[in-house]
Amino acid sequence: MTGSSSQIIVALAGQPNSGKSTIFNSLTGARQHVANYPGITVEKKMGTYRFDGRKTVVVDLPGTYSLTSYTQEERVSRDFLLHEKPAAVVDVVDASNLERNLYLVFQLAEMGIPMALALNMMDVAQQRGLKIDTNALSQQVGMPVVPTIGNRGKGINELRQAVDQISKDGGAPQSSLRLDYGTALEPVLARLEKSLSEDVTLATRYSLRWLALKLMENDSEAGRLVREHAANTGDILSSVARERELFHSEQGQTAEQAIAISRYQIAGEIVGRCVKREKEERRTLTDRIDQVVCNRAAGPIFLGGVLFFLYYLTMTIGGEHVAPWAWKYWAMLRDVIAGILPAEGLIRSLILTGIVDGVFAIMNYLPIFLILFLLIAILEDSGYMARVAFIMDRVLRAFGLHGQSTLPMILGGVVVGGCAIPGVMATRAMKDQKARMTTIMIVPLMNCMAKVPLYVLLVSIFFEEHQAIMLWFMSLITLGVALIVASVLSLTILKREESEPFILEMPPYHLPTITGVIRRAVERTWLFVKKVITIIVAVAIVVWVFITFPGLSKERTAYYDGQVNTATETFMKKIGEDNPYAKLLAGTGLKEFGQFWDRYKKKKMGIKGKDAKEALKEKFSRENPEFFKIVNKGKGLDGKKDKHAKKVYAAYKKLDKKLKRLDTARRKETVHVSFAGRFGRFLEPVSQWAGFDWKTNIALASSFAAKENLVATLGTIYSVGEGPSGATLASAMAEDTAETWTPLHALALMLFVALFPPCIATLIMVRVETGSTKWMLFAATYPIILGFIIATMVFQGGHLFGLTAIQTMISLSLLTFAILAVTYFAGERSVLKKQLSS
Amino acid sequence: MTLDEMKPGNECRVVKVDVEGVAGQRLLDMGFIPGTLISIIRNAPLMDPIDIRVKGYMLALRRSEARGVEVTPL
Ligand SMILES: Nc1nc2c(ncn2[C@@H]2O[C@H](COP(=O)(O)OP(=O)(O)OP(=O)(O)O)[C@@H](O)[C@H]2O)c(=O)[nH]1
Ligand SMILES: [Mg+2]
Repeated sequence: MTGSSSQIIVALAGQPNSGKSTIFNSLTGARQHVANYPGITVEKKMGTYRFDGRKTVVVDLPGTYSLTSYTQEERVSRDFLLHEKPAAVVDVVDASNLERNLYLVFQLAEMGIPMALALNMMDVAQQRGLKIDTNALSQQVGMPVVPTIGNRGKGINELRQAVDQISKDGGAPQSSLRLDYGTALEPVLARLEKSLSEDVTLATRYSLRWLALKLMENDSEAGRLVREHAANTGDILSSVARERELFHSEQGQTAEQAIAISRYQIAGEIVGRCVKREKEERRTLTDRIDQVVCNRAAGPIFLGGVLFFLYYLTMTIGGEHVAPWAWKYWAMLRDVIAGILPAEGLIRSLILTGIVDGVFAIMNYLPIFLILFLLIAILEDSGYMARVAFIMDRVLRAFGLHGQSTLPMILGGVVVGGCAIPGVMATRAMKDQKARMTTIMIVPLMNCMAKVPLYVLLVSIFFEEHQAIMLWFMSLITLGVALIVASVLSLTILKREESEPFILEMPPYHLPTITGVIRRAVERTWLFVKKVITIIVAVAIVVWVFITFPGLSKERTAYYDGQVNTATETFMKKIGEDNPYAKLLAGTGLKEFGQFWDRYKKKKMGIKGKDAKEALKEKFSRENPEFFKIVNKGKGLDGKKDKHAKKVYAAYKKLDKKLKRLDTARRKETVHVSFAGRFGRFLEPVSQWAGFDWKTNIALASSFAAKENLVATLGTIYSVGEGPSGATLASAMAEDTAETWTPLHALALMLFVALFPPCIATLIMVRVETGSTKWMLFAATYPIILGFIIATMVFQGGHLFGLTAIQTMISLSLLTFAILAVTYFAGERSVLKKQLSS
Repeated sequence: MTLDEMKPGNECRVVKVDVEGVAGQRLLDMGFIPGTLISIIRNAPLMDPIDIRVKGYMLALRRSEARGVEVTPL
């Protein structure tokens, strides 16, 4: 598309954290992730803008320090520039860090694509007392230079103009910059270029000087290009090998070293000519902050404090203030939906208890998520996350992880409350493939927001006196188990994965931008909402079908119908035929009255205050004065007593109780004979080892799709009627489980859930991030086995030694930490061994 | 002397980078060429990684990588 004047492609390249995505967003109005942390953008992203009537497609490339083919990002960027042939490249350069950035500028220029520099972070450079002569710089590098301040949108239009100029009809001259690699290397390059130029394919496709340099650097991709396209591959490659060896022996350094040295020397010279230091650099604010934040003693304490506040703010602001406020609106919305649906029957139960309650149960976490993600985004954009990696690296490395594993683990919910999906996604910034894979495998073991309701439910029933302690134990044990798993994985099946050196830039701190932070938080929350809408709805339907069908047999249905009839007849007999209300309640009248009764009772429960009560009474009386007299215990609105109505009230109260009991029994039996019930009972012989009965099995199976289902499904199974709100479910379960469940049952279940496989949405993300179905399946199966072993151990061990649940929990923690210590030292040894051998 | 033997608060110049493969290339890319001035800023709480200033920016690297950088103290 280079030649077409109607549309051009422009690539944004540059070193990590130089502000490419910020510039990209300003140019195109798109919303790329921006964070003060090197390596945020990993794949290329596209956006467009129009300038002077011409459409420009902008591609945001991943940040790279260089253009070798060692890392994924470098390959992505380089392949794009080589094969997509953009009309121009804009190199986004960090002005406060010019020398190192020029190193990449030279390499881009060598590829022979028309180029412009966006001299970004001018504000930072100025703060540091650097004065850059942009005209001189432009002359030195032989291309337009546009000063910009990305996060304030400064210089963006000038940049568009520059791009327009250099890409005019694809006829622009490429950069006139040509580096001199010195007397030792230049003749070699000339010889190579000449022999390459004999190959027509290569000569027309690539800049030969660039290719010659890459071959001398022993770049594997350059070798591949030659093998793919050249006719006399063997000749070229063998002469390259010869030249490299000769160079090494004559110069005492490898060609790649010599090339890098020349580039940095020239970069240094250019900086010397174009940049003036106006004031001596004092200790910057960043230095002073780091002195505290990275201090040996204060650093870890500060980090602990930050984490504490992160969760504290999330739970108090989010959990106690924002969430209840939002719940009110969710509840209102639910009532609206309930009002629209047909009053009873299958459709209502499917939509209301299956879908609406399932979705809303999760939407309840939305405010909490939003706040957690906002706080994390602030940390990321400030630059603190790189320091967290610095502080945590030594500890995590012993378990096969990496300093950069911290962020994914926090997102996944190290202490309590997170989501594995953004956690797994955040591993993208990690360059160390081995540590990255290990991190992906353990992030789902963290305590994501969806596991919390079950903990809370069970803890409130079975560990009333030790609620807070139990929750702490849960997070400690899951963290301990996750670290053990990480250690074991990295020493065994992940042993051979590629490991990268830990060389991490510490960006200067800056104030997070509001839009950037909000964007990021909303985006992560949105991921979660999308999952809710798609997967949960599907699962809710499936679970509902499995729980509802095949339904009761004819005989049993007849039995229940008969019971209902008998009860109704008894009721009619009790009020007597001569009762003036008898006619009113005959036939469908009784049903109508039943609904009236339920509605009135429900409304009455929800209101307080005398006036409101009076208003309610008036409303219902207006709707149906006869019915109202009954439900108001025989008193009309005028206060007159009616003894017939009172009699009906007393009789109906009994009938109502009886009908509700029958309904519950019918539902329970339906679940029992349903497909789900059969499945749950089928697993019972095995699952009983861990103390799970068939009802628990059903709930666990449904939670595989999304953990949030667990509580909802338990709600459906325990028949809490419509809308399993926490309190009623707790009492229903407490009642139902009083005889059969011990705290040990609850503990085993909590531990199993803590380690239970990631939900389907997370598995999909694991598939995306590892690029492998095998790893996805592994991530899905190992936690089941591990969880089952631990749950069984706890349940059987607790019984065997006659321990209480709390004692069992303490023993398990001790055991976990003993194993943790062993794995720590095993990991330590392998780290040391590696160091000695290198 | 190698970079990992330097104490915080001191400065040194790079003599040579003696690391193979990715790590070596990365160090070159980050500006570790002969003559480059390095200030050692601090150790991490557990002594590893180390935080240094090179070519005007801050960089954290593990001791295992630092061991491959030969330096002369100033
Ligand atoms: N002070 C200042 N900050 C900027 C400027 N441009 C971008 N930033 C900030 O610099 C940080 C990095 O910006 P990004 O756009 O994510 O950088 P990137 O080059 O895309 O980074 P990677 O994708 O990691 O390679 C963000 O916190 C931005 O808000 C600027 O001109 N001045
Ligand atoms: Mg980016």
